[in-house]
Amino acid sequence: MDYFLTEEQKMIQELTEQIAREKIRPIRAELDESEEFPWEIMRTLAQADLFGLYIPEQYGGMGGGVFDNCLAVEKLGEACIGIATSFAASGLGAYPILLFGSEEMKQKYLPQIASGKRLAAFGLTEPGAGSDVSGIRTVAVKDGDSYVLNGSKQWITNGGESEIYSVLAITDRAKGPRGASFFVVEKGDPGFFFGKKEKKLGIRASATRELIFQDCRIPADRLIAKEGMGFIIAMKTFDKSRPGIAALGVGLAQGALDIAVEYARKRVQFEKPIISFQAIQHKLADMAVKTEAARALVYSVARYMDSEPREVSKVAAMTKVFAGDVAMEVSTNAVQVLGGYGYMKDYPVEKMMRDAKILQIYEGTNEIQRNIIGQELNKEYGRLKESFI
Amino acid sequence: MKAIVDKQRCTVCGVCSEACPMGAISLRENGIEISDDCSLCGICVDTCEFGALSLPEVGQGPSEDPSSYRGVWVYAEWREGKVHAVSHELLSAGRILADKRGVELGAVLLGSGIDDRVAEELIAYGAEVVYVIDHPELAHFTDERYSKCIVELVGRKRPEIFLAGATSMGRSFIPRVAAGLRTGLTADCTELDIADDGHLLQTRPAFGGNVMATIICPNRRPQMATVRPKVMKPVRLQGRKGRIERVDLPAECFKARVEVLEVIAEQDRTAKLTEADVIVSGGRGLRSAENFSLIENLAQLMNGAVGASRGAVEEGWMAPSHQVGQTGRTVAPTLYVAVGISGAVQHLVGMQGSEVIVAVNKDPSAPIFDVATYGVVADLFEFIPEFTKRIKREREG
Amino acid sequence: MHIVVCIKQVPDTKNVRIDPDTHTLVRQGVESIINPFDMFAIEGALKIKDQNGARVTVVTMGPPQASEALRETLGLGVDDAVLLSDRAFAGSDTWATSTTLSAAIRKMGDVDLILCGKQAVDGDTAQVGPEMAALLDVPYATFVKNIDTRESGFVKVVRQTDEGTEVWRLQLPALMTVIKELGEPRVPSLRHKMRAKKAEVAVWGTAELGLDPNSTGLSGSFTQVVRVFSPQRRGNRIQLEGSIENQVEQLFQHLKKARVPGL
Repeated sequence: MDYFLTEEQKMIQELTEQIAREKIRPIRAELDESEEFPWEIMRTLAQADLFGLYIPEQYGGMGGGVFDNCLAVEKLGEACIGIATSFAASGLGAYPILLFGSEEMKQKYLPQIASGKRLAAFGLTEPGAGSDVSGIRTVAVKDGDSYVLNGSKQWITNGGESEIYSVLAITDRAKGPRGASFFVVEKGDPGFFFGKKEKKLGIRASATRELIFQDCRIPADRLIAKEGMGFIIAMKTFDKSRPGIAALGVGLAQGALDIAVEYARKRVQFEKPIISFQAIQHKLADMAVKTEAARALVYSVARYMDSEPREVSKVAAMTKVFAGDVAMEVSTNAVQVLGGYGYMKDYPVEKMMRDAKILQIYEGTNEIQRNIIGQELNKEYGRLKESFI
Repeated sequence: MKAIVDKQRCTVCGVCSEACPMGAISLRENGIEISDDCSLCGICVDTCEFGALSLPEVGQGPSEDPSSYRGVWVYAEWREGKVHAVSHELLSAGRILADKRGVELGAVLLGSGIDDRVAEELIAYGAEVVYVIDHPELAHFTDERYSKCIVELVGRKRPEIFLAGATSMGRSFIPRVAAGLRTGLTADCTELDIADDGHLLQTRPAFGGNVMATIICPNRRPQMATVRPKVMKPVRLQGRKGRIERVDLPAECFKARVEVLEVIAEQDRTAKLTEADVIVSGGRGLRSAENFSLIENLAQLMNGAVGASRGAVEEGWMAPSHQVGQTGRTVAPTLYVAVGISGAVQHLVGMQGSEVIVAVNKDPSAPIFDVATYGVVADLFEFIPEFTKRIKREREG
Repeated sequence: MHIVVCIKQVPDTKNVRIDPDTHTLVRQGVESIINPFDMFAIEGALKIKDQNGARVTVVTMGPPQASEALRETLGLGVDDAVLLSDRAFAGSDTWATSTTLSAAIRKMGDVDLILCGKQAVDGDTAQVGPEMAALLDVPYATFVKNIDTRESGFVKVVRQTDEGTEVWRLQLPALMTVIKELGEPRVPSLRHKMRAKKAEVAVWGTAELGLDPNSTGLSGSFTQVVRVFSPQRRGNRIQLEGSIENQVEQLFQHLKKARVPGL
């Protein structure tokens, strides 16, 4: 399929494919086993200029957008979405600063993130607040020239490894959803600690930790935008990041499909390669159809988003829900095509199947995505004057 | 420049086109066409039954009268008080060449504090004269000093042939000697012979060991070649007589812009690999680092060294120092046992000189079997433990 | 500091097959790659550039298509690339190659350090580096695994030989041939790749180098290939058969009869 990519976008694909092939594939099983953070790969990605794909050139980035980033994430995800998640999570942490930060804040943090010298992370989820963001308990209280944070954040990707954290905290509980604000917290700030590293089903090369704030004092200028902007910032950030998660799904599905087809062509049963059996052919065909459909959706939405439209929540959610479900289905079927071998660690498909599950959960579960789509539909049609019945 | 076609003789049979490794020959209605991809390797010339192909003449350059050069010389590699085995091998090979030419066989020995007994040993292997350059500055090897000394000595004595071992020392400084003498050099020869016209026929593997090329140096002297260790057979002769000439060279020869700060002698494990009589090598078929213990046990039992394919090294199962093949070490032991190695060209090149090759692989179509003396199609995890037991049983019984 | 890295394009042996009938290399469809040892040399040069700052130029002798290999190195962060290309260069032996490459380095003038891979994996001669050093009359070291350029006017290197390691100090300008331990090649960066796409690769022939065409290529070579033949195929392979126990016993008896060591 030719998606009419620009010269530069083809280069991004070429480069990330090379990194996936030469650096990630050989070690993905090992990192999955050891749960070691892929620092070496992060340095490679940094040296390859990939951390700054979506960051404007004046802040040391490459000046691209969501689509460029999706292309990179997809190719990395073909090899290992655990590693690709560690890469993508830095972008999630950077978006609040990029979209809403003051000029000084952008000058300070974005070049470090773009060069990959420091990783970023995004801190929203809490023990009592996942899908329901109104359950946030972490508070930030203004005290002279500082804010003092108390509370904790749970399951934070890149937690403990990153140095720059965008953290949501309540500044005025009385205002409800309008009482939350985003702050930049740096590793090493007084009163900022990390909890234990979580043990996970999949994406085990990525690091997931608790962030703990105990009278964590930060300068007042670490507030992103203004007090009360927290939820808006979170929603706008997710709009930007969801196609990226979807691209991870497209990559994972493609990676699983590649292995399944290759295997089916080689594996001989009843004196024939199993790909000659329709039971297998049809399964592979469905896997290919869904993977390509997911890719087409992600690419067109990512392109659309780069044209800076006003409303993107619905289509952004669509990419995440569709590609996430496709990744889960395709990887599960890949295990089925490989049969007993697929269930063993000798082949990477069992890892892909374990990894895929997170795509339906993190950055807003797929149920929440469907809620968003449903609510947007309701709003949209409510505005229409025309009847179709 | 490219190969020359004699259109009168060419029958457009297409044999050359298939043989050309560069894909540079295409067939046209009235003859063949050679494209600019031609690398002048000469493979087509040999395949043409009709003598329609030839190569352009090699450079003449200002050639001197070859007959003013006489004698066959061997560089005797001396390090840490010992002469490298390859030098004995080369003296034996050089002896045959010198006899064919009816000339003297000389050895050149460089170093510091060299005992006459070292030179006498070279005579025992066939040298009639040993030139010794003994100087404190030669205590440690440096390319610059060693090459200057030999260039000076060769300039004075004018041998027609100069041979050296393709060791890390020989491969390092002999090219500089050749350049200094403005003469040709053929590296890594596996066969030497002399033609009636006095040309040294130097045969070496080319194109990754899949073809052999015989090379001459028609217009320059001396004719120089490095030869792989363990290719020629050393023959120690009884009651040989010869003379030892200690040579003084001008101070200029011992000056260098290189200073040796430190020499850390360590038996590098790769060196052990090249010297071993038996090598047991493992590849990707072993599936994990732990499984390499199968290889190590067998190697230890057979008093051999452990080798590995590039695949196994890339997986991190074995250190790169064990790698056999093009980017690793070239080995030629008496017995090479390839276990779970499919036999990519890059591996075959590094071991196909071995005398006896045993290949153990599950896949009967693995290319490793093409070079094997004995082929075992079996699961290595069943075969190797059984084979190891069999040897143990023999020892005990 | 100006570092020149000499590279060569070679067939990618990872994908080379042997024709089972003719026992020759099947080169059709085999891609060319940069000689792996030369990639270590490029990495070594770029490391010096990262640490102390340097200008890195890559040079190769080859057909016009070799400019693609050069472009690839620009993607890694190499500053300039020069292609030495001329029909007169065809058929070069190591001497003629060294003559051409050293003429290019002389033309550049201000070169401090010349790096080469220890050998090319297609020819395996390991001669071009040392011969260039002789032609340029500079000191050199082979099999280098570490380069330290902190001292002005000198370079300190660690060499790996069959007998161990050696530390040498060489006066600049100097040449070295390098091994894998110097550093695994990096991946390209997007910025360099984009620049490489547009960059000009200089092409020098005999005229630009001021070389007499007769001193290059086949006519400038001292050695000549007179015969090419297939290596003798190993005597018929003995394929063992039967149960594992059976095969073990057969192999053992064969090896015993062949009097191989180690049994």
